[in-house]
Amino acid sequence: MISADLNIILPEILLSLFAMLALVGIVYTGKDKLAGLLVWVTAALFVALGLWIGASGAGTNTAFGGMFVDDGFSRFAKVVILISAAAVLIMSQEYMQRRGLLRFEYPVLVVLSVVGMMVMVSAGDLMALYMGLELQSLALYVVASLRRDSAKSTEAGLKYFVLGALSSGLLLYGASLTYGYTGTTLFSGIIEAAHDGHVSLGLLLGLVFLASGMAFKVSAVPFHMWTPDVYEGSPTPITAFFATAPKVAAMGLFARVMHDAFGHATADWSQVIALLSVLSMFLGAVAAIGQTNIKRLMAFSSIAHMGYALMGLAAGTQFGVQALLIYMAIYVTMNVGTFAFILSMERDGQPVTDIRALNGYYKSEPTKALAVLVLMFSLAGVPPMVGFFGKLYVLRAAYEAGLAWLAIAGVIASVIGAFYYIRIVYYMYFGDETDEALDGGKSPILWGFLMGSALIMVVGVVNLFGIESIAAEAAAALVN
Amino acid sequence: MESIILFAPLVGAIIAGFGWRLVSIRGAQWITTGLLFLACAFSWITFLTFDGTTQHIEIFRWIESGSLSTSWGIRLDRLTAIMLIVVTTVSALVHLYSFGYMAHDDNFKHGEESYKARFFAYLSFFTFAMLMLVTSDNLVQMFFGWEGVGVASYLLIGFYYRKPSANAAAMKAFIVNRVGDFGFALGIFGLFYLTDSIQFNDVFAAAPALADTQLSFLWGEWNAANLLAFLLFVGAMGKSAQLILHTWLPDAMEGPTPVSALIHAATMVTAGVFLVCRMSPLMEYAPQATAFITILGATTAFFAATVGLVQNDIKRVIAYSTCSQLGYMFVAAGVGVYSVAMFHLFTHAFFKAMLFLGAGSVIHGMHHEQDMRNYGGLRKKLPYTFWAMMIGTLAITGVGIPLTHIGFAGFLSKDAVIESAWAGTQGGYAFWMLVIAALFTSFYSWRLMFLTFYGKPRGDKHTHEHAHESPMVMLVPLGVLALGAVFSGMVWYNSFFGDHNSVNKFFGIPAHAEAGEHGEAPADGHAAADTHATDTHAAADDHAATVEEHHGSEEAHAAAEADPAHAVVAAVHHGEAPQGAIFIADDNHVMDDAHHAPTWVKVSPFIAMIIGFAVAFWFYIVNPELPKRLAESQRPLYLFLLNKWYFDEIYDFIFVQPSKALGRFLWKRGDGDVIDGSINGVAMGIVPFFTRLAGRFQSGYIFTYAFAMVIGIAVLITWMTLSGGAH
Repeated sequence: MISADLNIILPEILLSLFAMLALVGIVYTGKDKLAGLLVWVTAALFVALGLWIGASGAGTNTAFGGMFVDDGFSRFAKVVILISAAAVLIMSQEYMQRRGLLRFEYPVLVVLSVVGMMVMVSAGDLMALYMGLELQSLALYVVASLRRDSAKSTEAGLKYFVLGALSSGLLLYGASLTYGYTGTTLFSGIIEAAHDGHVSLGLLLGLVFLASGMAFKVSAVPFHMWTPDVYEGSPTPITAFFATAPKVAAMGLFARVMHDAFGHATADWSQVIALLSVLSMFLGAVAAIGQTNIKRLMAFSSIAHMGYALMGLAAGTQFGVQALLIYMAIYVTMNVGTFAFILSMERDGQPVTDIRALNGYYKSEPTKALAVLVLMFSLAGVPPMVGFFGKLYVLRAAYEAGLAWLAIAGVIASVIGAFYYIRIVYYMYFGDETDEALDGGKSPILWGFLMGSALIMVVGVVNLFGIESIAAEAAAALVN
Repeated sequence: MESIILFAPLVGAIIAGFGWRLVSIRGAQWITTGLLFLACAFSWITFLTFDGTTQHIEIFRWIESGSLSTSWGIRLDRLTAIMLIVVTTVSALVHLYSFGYMAHDDNFKHGEESYKARFFAYLSFFTFAMLMLVTSDNLVQMFFGWEGVGVASYLLIGFYYRKPSANAAAMKAFIVNRVGDFGFALGIFGLFYLTDSIQFNDVFAAAPALADTQLSFLWGEWNAANLLAFLLFVGAMGKSAQLILHTWLPDAMEGPTPVSALIHAATMVTAGVFLVCRMSPLMEYAPQATAFITILGATTAFFAATVGLVQNDIKRVIAYSTCSQLGYMFVAAGVGVYSVAMFHLFTHAFFKAMLFLGAGSVIHGMHHEQDMRNYGGLRKKLPYTFWAMMIGTLAITGVGIPLTHIGFAGFLSKDAVIESAWAGTQGGYAFWMLVIAALFTSFYSWRLMFLTFYGKPRGDKHTHEHAHESPMVMLVPLGVLALGAVFSGMVWYNSFFGDHNSVNKFFGIPAHAEAGEHGEAPADGHAAADTHATDTHAAADDHAATVEEHHGSEEAHAAAEADPAHAVVAAVHHGEAPQGAIFIADDNHVMDDAHHAPTWVKVSPFIAMIIGFAVAFWFYIVNPELPKRLAESQRPLYLFLLNKWYFDEIYDFIFVQPSKALGRFLWKRGDGDVIDGSINGVAMGIVPFFTRLAGRFQSGYIFTYAFAMVIGIAVLITWMTLSGGAH
């Protein structure tokens, strides 16, 4: 019996073993000198595992008495997490190397956090949920302050840690309330307790606290305050990592808890999530306008995008989950491309984050400017870029679930939000050339990721690379 | 062959318009002109070999939507055949003429030679659209052609796009035509609503049923046939520059003179007349609408002739003359003698195109001077042009031997119109208006001749010294048109306005008595055999009609009480379209009556013409000071006429200024203040306010952040407790 269970969580075990072996092995050998190699190996392992999980496995399997679930939904999320983590690792390698940041702990911590994320999206029990969440978070707290000699970086790590602890407290309180009112920590048990359609107030309070804890992880308003500071303070590759894989994991966890544990109280949590969604969309759109630092701008951008993704969840339907998954996949792809560009922004070898440095960028780098234009339009949701279809899915999900007001609010917010994306394009194409223009940034890897991402945004309109049907299967696995 | 006629001009237009760089400007000119001559030759063959029976040639399907089914099809009957030769002949000659006229144009800078290719492309495009209009076998295709000629007209009026007056005139033509087209479109919608079809055959078959149908429109209930005929006529009014919607035509003279000859004299402006004749099966059941057409046509003929008396611009005189002659055609159509309307259309095309091209030749020779007061004594300088204009004038004024059928083209057709007007209105308003208009026509035409070619040279001496005869490419078309102006009336008199049998044969009408009788036509053996041989589709309809005739009419009656539209649709299925190009109802004996008009009626236009000539001769040859004195003594009347009855001023006051004021209001207040204001207010006031607010909350202190989270969860809990946990 135990061997069957172990078989199901084999990918997580493999990654954990890898992390420990790498840690021990590298301490006794080259230390930081081998860090570059380790990054590549880790990324390769991620990709290999991602392919394996994507190709193998069918149906729904549970391990450890339902604590761990391996179904279509979790596989979809895991593949996205692994591939995006691998992409970010590869992108960060050169950047960190040149700035002396590439310590061997970095890939190891990333591996551990990825293990946490994989556990999160597979959690079938409040215990597993918390375990995954904390494993992920602890690793992230550390990588946020990876640049130990920088006040901003350590401040970012500390803020993230303190606020993360507060959110964990909220989440645990919610978990204990839930346990208290249902007598079980298993999702399958919690859902039984609410089966007759009546949900007790205590359980609802537990639900709200749980939701708050997870909203912190996806940085939904009003639990978003850490995001801009952490994004700005962390080294840019770390920011890129924050913006991609953990968001997918947290969103996957959110969807799983809501549907697996509280699937019979949709009407109750739907309004909470709709509120979080609308607040996030508007705050993300409005606050980003005031930003001149592109990392802070991307922080608010990701808050707004999480608002849209939550719109799919708020729909409370299978189609809503499908829309959520599609949206997250598109969001991650766009962000990988955008951060590839941000990583390449530098002058005299120093990273630049001020968007005004992009003035007249079109003249010196027409191809990259065009790619960024495509990405910005896609982020803003301008048709025919793929980003538009992501928004279209969630809007449709909300509308079909009777949340027309939410869809309308989303459209209005996206109009406001378009401003700051297009302003970047404006700077690049129509801005006056400054003497503080960018130079360098000739890394072929970053160039490749930027172009690939932009190309996907354009070519993907054909059929979204078939992601639609895969997401539909994943959503079916979760909701039914 | 019909398809070649139809599409040759389109091919020419595309090659000249988009490919002139490949084929050179000269090549573009030759290709368009050559294709037009080809189409012209085929048209004449079609016309002369046509046996009078209606043919339908489907080119391809176009729109299929619900019960609406439209195809690109050619309806070849006598009306189409007449229009084919008119359009292609004048167009081909105008193409040729334009070689000379457009050779050097001061409106374009040196080196901008491509305007020539563009001009020929527009001319060919116009010809295509016009052919589309006249060959269509359904209303939608006709509307397509109708709008196509409107676009071509717009482009050509504004061809000298550097002249503000030309641009204004082009816009005016387009906008005034929109008014008419709105009526036309409403008419089409109404017909489709009631008959569920836009095929001419179905509409014609339903005409008797339409006459028994009431339709509510705007504030009242109307007879469907009258209302729809009226709406269609509103479209015709716009295109044919009839009173109220006539103001664009004189201004359209801003375009190059060949354009005036082709579009604004011979072809496009007659589209309205063609429409009324084409819809004759409907018109015959709409007595009130046709009475309106008669009165309006007569009034236009009179009005335009009065204005023509005092104009000084040579082209404007001819433009008002055109407007007036179109009124004649509408009178003929209004009283129900469609063949005569077509007759006048046919002859008018020749002599009016010739007058315009002659005027163009004068203008060309006089270095683009258009004011007749600066002409004089040009007979010697421009001998060929003089003779061409003389023939044109003799034709338009209607010179011929009274009480015989010998005379210039205008003599035969105009007299036929006037006699029909007498017969159709029992010697009423329309008749007298037309006779007076004939007098005025004679006066202003001779005035034009005398001012231009006789007397002493006036105006700029230098210009007169350099006046020269036009090149052969411009004179040859004049010669060809002169043939038409002289002989077209005599040759085809019998076919258009002869005795019953020849007219019926020409237009392919089976036999007078049976034509209108519902269900009886198939009983006539001859007609049925004819039908069967040529048009199997119609024959099948006939068959169905005979079988179900009794049954069908009862059904239609029963349905009529329930729902008008259904009754008419039923009539479409059970009825049959009348045979032939035009339809003359049983009780319509106007043409016969016209033949039996008293002698004084038949002579009256001739006498009017003589009087007009005599007065003109007296005013401009014998005593040239007299007109000036008369103008001074009758100053208010003179100014009234010179200012075209103040139509433009009245329209400017009633429509243009209020529209501009409304537009300005919507622009400044509506768009500028409300829309821009609110968007700017949101984008520059409200959103930045929230942006600053969000920035202030982002203090950087952990306790602020934690406080926000706690507030957030407090709100959520409260809300949840109140809403979710309450039940």
